[in-house]
Amino acid sequence: MESRIAFAERLHLDVPLLLGVLLLSAFGLVALHSAGGQDTDLVVRQAIRLAVGFGLMFIFAQIAPRRFFAWAPMAYLVGVLLLCAVLVVGETAQGARRWLRVGTFSFQPSEFVKLTVPLMVAWFISWGDLPPRLWRVVLGGLFTLVPVVLIMRQPDLGTSLLIFASGAFVLFLAGVGWRYIMALAASGAACVPLLWHFMHDYQRQRVLTLLDPQQDPLGAGYHIIQSTIAIGSGGIYGKGWFNGTQSQLDFLPERSTDFVFAVIGEEFGLLGALVLLAVYLFIVYRGLYIAARAKYMFGKLLAGALVLTFFIYVFVNIGMVSGILPVVGLPLPLVSYGGTSMVTLMAGFGIVMSVHTHRMLLSP
Amino acid sequence: MARLLTLKDFSRESHLATARALAAVIIVGLLTLVLVGRLVHLQVLKHQHFTTLSENNRVKIVPIAPTRGLIFDRNGEILAQNLPAYGIEVIPELVEDVDALIMELRKIIEISDADEEEFLAVLARKPRFEKIPLRSRLDDYEVARFAVNRHRFPGVDIAARLARDYPHGELGVHLVGYVGRIDRRELDSIDQADYRGTSHIGKTGIEASHEDWLHGTVGYQRVETNAQGRILRVLERHDPVPGRNLYLTMDAGLQRTAKAALGDERGAIVALEPATGAVLAMVSAPGFNPNLFVHGIGVDTYRSLQRSPARPLFNRAINGQYPPGSTIKPLLGLAGLEHNVGHAHGESWCPGWFRLPGRERRYRDWKKHGHGRIGLHDAIVQSCDVYFYELALGLGIDRMHEYMSSFGFGARTGIRLGGESLGLMPSRAWKRNARSQSWYPGETVITGIGQGYMLATPLQLATATAAIATRGIRMRPRIVDRTMDPASGETEVVEPETTATISPLDFANWERIVEAMADVVHGSEGTARRISADIGYQIAGKTGTAQVVGIGQNEEYDADRLEKRFHDHGLFVAFAPVEEPQIAVAVIVENGGSGSGAAAPLARLVIDAWFDDAPSPPAPGQRTLRAASERDQPGSAGPIAPVPG
Repeated sequence: MESRIAFAERLHLDVPLLLGVLLLSAFGLVALHSAGGQDTDLVVRQAIRLAVGFGLMFIFAQIAPRRFFAWAPMAYLVGVLLLCAVLVVGETAQGARRWLRVGTFSFQPSEFVKLTVPLMVAWFISWGDLPPRLWRVVLGGLFTLVPVVLIMRQPDLGTSLLIFASGAFVLFLAGVGWRYIMALAASGAACVPLLWHFMHDYQRQRVLTLLDPQQDPLGAGYHIIQSTIAIGSGGIYGKGWFNGTQSQLDFLPERSTDFVFAVIGEEFGLLGALVLLAVYLFIVYRGLYIAARAKYMFGKLLAGALVLTFFIYVFVNIGMVSGILPVVGLPLPLVSYGGTSMVTLMAGFGIVMSVHTHRMLLSP
Repeated sequence: MARLLTLKDFSRESHLATARALAAVIIVGLLTLVLVGRLVHLQVLKHQHFTTLSENNRVKIVPIAPTRGLIFDRNGEILAQNLPAYGIEVIPELVEDVDALIMELRKIIEISDADEEEFLAVLARKPRFEKIPLRSRLDDYEVARFAVNRHRFPGVDIAARLARDYPHGELGVHLVGYVGRIDRRELDSIDQADYRGTSHIGKTGIEASHEDWLHGTVGYQRVETNAQGRILRVLERHDPVPGRNLYLTMDAGLQRTAKAALGDERGAIVALEPATGAVLAMVSAPGFNPNLFVHGIGVDTYRSLQRSPARPLFNRAINGQYPPGSTIKPLLGLAGLEHNVGHAHGESWCPGWFRLPGRERRYRDWKKHGHGRIGLHDAIVQSCDVYFYELALGLGIDRMHEYMSSFGFGARTGIRLGGESLGLMPSRAWKRNARSQSWYPGETVITGIGQGYMLATPLQLATATAAIATRGIRMRPRIVDRTMDPASGETEVVEPETTATISPLDFANWERIVEAMADVVHGSEGTARRISADIGYQIAGKTGTAQVVGIGQNEEYDADRLEKRFHDHGLFVAFAPVEEPQIAVAVIVENGGSGSGAAAPLARLVIDAWFDDAPSPPAPGQRTLRAASERDQPGSAGPIAPVPG
């Protein structure tokens, strides 16, 4: 036992976190096999993506936190420039301009920025004392808001929300006074009408739909109605693997991507959903434990912010699918079919592991 | 970097960050509790609700239309059947290029631009896996040509649907009726659940009035469908109950004879079996082809049918209301005998005209110089008008109303066909209510020869004549003899119903009237004596000629100078054989001229056909005898004892 942990430490892997992520990936593949209509190809492709993700996680775990610390400003700058480039020369798909194409290779700069914003804010805050002084908080907030605004322009509400959260979590973990947090929350609430004003029609519709899905049962409300039916009809024990009628008979839209949780709720019931939530909670708890145990402020803030952002994914996705949050295009992390966000998340876990396994070193 | 390493207040900072991490754990826990709470709400508390919704999503009920009952004549000859109608259906998801497909199909079957347009319109609305009709009502050659080429058209198939078909076309069309597409108004009045999957409903005739029996009960399948509505499997099947087959009392052969007898004339013939009220034939001419209505009649065709002056859609047998003319004289004579009025038992003098005391106006007899001294028997045989003017006056309109009403005039006969007309048997009370006028004696006079206000339908005349034949038993006209469950073969007979029993004070009165009616045909002076040539049985009848236009005091009726539509209606009522009658007939030929010339020969044809062709002549004599014996019982007091129902 001792030797195995030591071996893992030498590979800069955190065994509990790794086990959590592996467990989650396995759970995800099982759910996807059913959600994808028993399409083996789909499961294989997802497994390959996961393998790539684990590879990336392993690579990131090898990089010492001080390197991230050193790269943070430059990476942040590159990220912001790429976001600007997206707005100018990005590719448009389904009414949103999110992709940047270089030759045959295309990618979403916003995924990269998901990592660079917490890096940058953590870098900036850790230069000063804790709790940070007001000007640092303001500047840290600014570093967050610039990419957030750029991404909202694409538009991509879900990602900008996540990035905003990642920056905010750094400030929160840095000990920004509760007074400021309250003030921010209050001003945020005050901004709601303003936000409403700037929202796109389809975004407003999503909010309205959440309040009353029945007003448009075949249009915007259809997703929520069908996913709540799926979850509710699953009951405590679920209808069984492959037996979810909502999922298997096509009533549930996007059932292998954003709405995969409804499949889990329907086929595995409340028990299955609770198991999944427990795995997520364990990962988040382990991440926060690593943050608490970290020696240096930069790693502490970074690791904490990354896992809390991961939790935001979970909360927003399940909240949306179960009908308590508006429909925001966020996947269920590591379970939903799709590669882009998963790769970023895995890189994030690599960074968290790096923070933990490099803590004995003298510099971050 | 140097700044970082100055651990100025490191423990305090570390403590703060750890506290925040702890706070984060708590917040994460609380938010997770919110999610768990929501899941418990959905999956435990409202589980039943969502289970129901999920089942409703998944399971669809697909109706299976019942097969409509068939209609046969009394001998099992088919009058209304269900034939497969073939059409071409296309499943779009199996077809690569719809335009090319239609082009290819056009080489073997005809597809009109309208067909194509309709198809493309439906194509745009329906899911790709659903069958869409391209052409309906293929003929046999087209079906065969497509069948041979079928392998070239994946996704295209022949669909057979059952459609109503009337193999005899016009024959009995007013009695049998027809079906047509269910319209909006009918949709409101029917049990819609029972008609899911059914497109047609009875519109007229027996098809409409016996819809309950013919339709059957809808069946259904519970099927599992996916979100697009594609049926994945059948979970449960409840077979429909087919409609009952109806065997009519009508005899197709007799009906054919009656129709042929009328030929191109406008008019109606009703033949009844007196003892049971069974309708043996019911013809209204001209007719029309009911098959036109099954597949949706064109606007132009329908308009021309509706606007035709000959009114082919009109069922004259139950809706045509005609002055009965002299056909009512036997009944008035009977009334006179029963009430012992004036000269009924004696004789009268006919100078060729009649005048009310103290009035100028002359009521003419059809025989210009009169019948001279004449009794009731000869007055019926020769149809003396003056005799009946006097008799009517002696009876008075109210007693006439009462007596004629007991034979069913002025009231529906109760035949199970929709929209039967009432006819009209006038009375003092009727005129006061309907016209707010008092009754004039002159109106009584002309009612004595069946003119004036009085109107009767051919069916009423036939029913009343049958009641004379049975010596007082009036039957409800019966059109359905028996019904059969096509699955089990179990048969149910529709029992005859007596509408009223008319009990004469003196049975001899009745025989006097019947004798007179027999002499109308067989007597040397009878108005219908011409039809008695080479006859092998005895007919009792009465001619009638109903004026269509009033003839002035000093004018004469001259058919040659009048347009055909102003010619007199010819009427004839009869039953045969005189003893033990088996058939009662009423004939009306619109604008046919006299009853003796236009109507009586048709009745002879019908009666002849019945006695030649009737496969097993019933024995109505038993019925007549029983009726007679009933009359002798002391319980039946009073002249009229109507039987309810």
